[in-house]
Amino acid sequence: MKAFTQLNGLVCPLDRANVDTDAIIPKQFLKSIKRSGFGPFLFDEWRYTDHGEPDMDCSHRPLNKDFVLNQLRYKNSEVLLARDNFGCGSSREHAPWAIEDYGFRVIIAPSFADIFFSNCFKNGILPIVASADIVAQLFRECFATPGYRLRVDLETQTVRNPAGEWFRFDITPHRKHCLMNGLDEIGLTLQHADAIKAFEQKHRAAQPWLFN
Amino acid sequence: MAGKTLYDKLWESHVVREESDGTCLLYIDRHLLHEVTSPQAFEGMRLSGRKPWRNTSMVAVPDHNTPTNDWDKGIQDPVSRLQVETLDANIKEFGALVYFPFKHANQGIIHVIGPENGTTLPGMTVVCGDSHTSTHGAFGALAHGIGTSEVEHVLATQTLIAKKSRRMLVRIDGQVGKGVTAKDLALAVIGKIGTAGGTGCAIEFSGSAISALSMEGRMTVCNMAIEAGARAGLIAPDEKTAAYLKGRTYAPKGADWDKAVAYWNTLKTDADAVFDSVVELKADEIFPQVTWGTSPEQVLAISDRVPNPAKEADPVKRAGIERALTYMGLTADMPIESIRIDKVFIGSCTNSRIEDLRAAAKIAQGKKKAANVNQVLIVPGSGVVKRQAEAEGLDKIFIAAGFEWREPGCSMCLAMNADRLPAGERCASTSNRNFEGRQGPGGRTHLVSPEMAAAAAIAGHFVDVRTLL
Repeated sequence: MKAFTQLNGLVCPLDRANVDTDAIIPKQFLKSIKRSGFGPFLFDEWRYTDHGEPDMDCSHRPLNKDFVLNQLRYKNSEVLLARDNFGCGSSREHAPWAIEDYGFRVIIAPSFADIFFSNCFKNGILPIVASADIVAQLFRECFATPGYRLRVDLETQTVRNPAGEWFRFDITPHRKHCLMNGLDEIGLTLQHADAIKAFEQKHRAAQPWLFN
Repeated sequence: MAGKTLYDKLWESHVVREESDGTCLLYIDRHLLHEVTSPQAFEGMRLSGRKPWRNTSMVAVPDHNTPTNDWDKGIQDPVSRLQVETLDANIKEFGALVYFPFKHANQGIIHVIGPENGTTLPGMTVVCGDSHTSTHGAFGALAHGIGTSEVEHVLATQTLIAKKSRRMLVRIDGQVGKGVTAKDLALAVIGKIGTAGGTGCAIEFSGSAISALSMEGRMTVCNMAIEAGARAGLIAPDEKTAAYLKGRTYAPKGADWDKAVAYWNTLKTDADAVFDSVVELKADEIFPQVTWGTSPEQVLAISDRVPNPAKEADPVKRAGIERALTYMGLTADMPIESIRIDKVFIGSCTNSRIEDLRAAAKIAQGKKKAANVNQVLIVPGSGVVKRQAEAEGLDKIFIAAGFEWREPGCSMCLAMNADRLPAGERCASTSNRNFEGRQGPGGRTHLVSPEMAAAAAIAGHFVDVRTLL
């Protein structure tokens, strides 16, 4: 996993609530057995006017000019600004794979769906929960200011706008540690293999039928 | 000190260790796998040279990509075929307790198969790379969906890194009216609390209307917990749970059975336990539900009218309603009953069990599908459900009504196989998500119960199933 420490990134505003993972990456792309190459198909049905299929060359596909990702001013953005309940629906990790592969490293929203939220941390993406008022302000500033950037710092857990105003966000120490160091969680967990074995033995003695 | 909720008990009995910030290592008893969310996890295991911690915890089946007709022709789509064959190869290499490959007599949807084989039991932790894993909470198991990185983590360590959720109680008391099903209860809850209403929570469902449900009905309710934003739904096990499980292949036997049932009887919320939030609904105020929009919370009773965005004050919500009406091709204030449909889908991990098929057959018996309905797909949840339905003659009823009797699988719930909705077509569906493009790009989905879906197939538009009973 790529480490994440800080970023001064161009912001892309996706102004709709309840964006589901079917919209983030439609089902036909889930047939892949790889975990890379999903970026060109991010938001496929909103982004293109034709029907996308896996392994398609997207460079000549007809674009939906109205969709925010296709607007020149948001090209190469790295911070996705979103509304409530972002990432709801299916647990598909292909959604954060597509977001990361496209180039986003930070998502800011008033709320996220649980499974999507935890999937982000496994893929070097920092999802930030901000209050509804702050998110509303960021949307206003972003629409009003071409080239609008936000400075995100994981060490100090802060987000700073161009005017120098800032807010602090929460993250668990465990997630922060893993993200800052790009750590493989499996390796960390296996350091506790003895504790897992001891638990398993006790569990098996109490409920042997679970191990049939 | 306050007592414990069912969720507290399940959580605490699986904590291997806890960090100071509350992050826990949670032991996983049952790991369910399907072909879509597992290949990258197995690939990760292979690259790191790791072996599964306990492969007898694994139950696997291909379900999303498998066709529901012409099984003799195999899987036509080469990309789908490769994904299914990859699961075959991975299970061959890494092992599993149960594996039903494509065309096996017991193949079907993972969330139907788990309980059917007794591989889902009360008191277990159950995970799967699939958000509808919440289904298994109907047995008093702590069950939820995980991402593919977590699938690999569970394969390698038999644990999950997790933090405890908040505890929400949804209590539904009273008796439901005729024609009102578990699906209607679930949709009514989502309509009330919204698709983010349960975010960060594990929802326990209780009350006399929940206790009165069959195990199939309870699975439908817990299945839809994720559509209310809750990773896990829970219902305390009772005598119905034990009766359902007794004699199933992997259910405990002999002395273990008695010991297990005694333990399961302790798996209930203590009388003095406290929830972080409580939502109450009255069963007799819930009527057959139909979604009108592109989110499961956009749901109304059959007797209602499509909402008018002009009446919504919140600008984000108003824009959401307008966008949904445009996508769905509906006009504000039109009666739900006047919405004409093109297709019907009865199936999915929400509503493809034997009870669902019986309910649909009861409505379809002796009738024919309406001329404007171009296809009615009946897709049983598993080979076991299919054979049971055929033994009861349900397939004959469906075929006589002009419905198509298919092979088991996920089918048009998410349209990864060839069963899909063409752009602009409108479907009455017993599945769980009405998102844009879910059943096919441009397709329009209305979520309903099996009874309401069958009734719509006969009438050609939505009808109040209560008038037919």
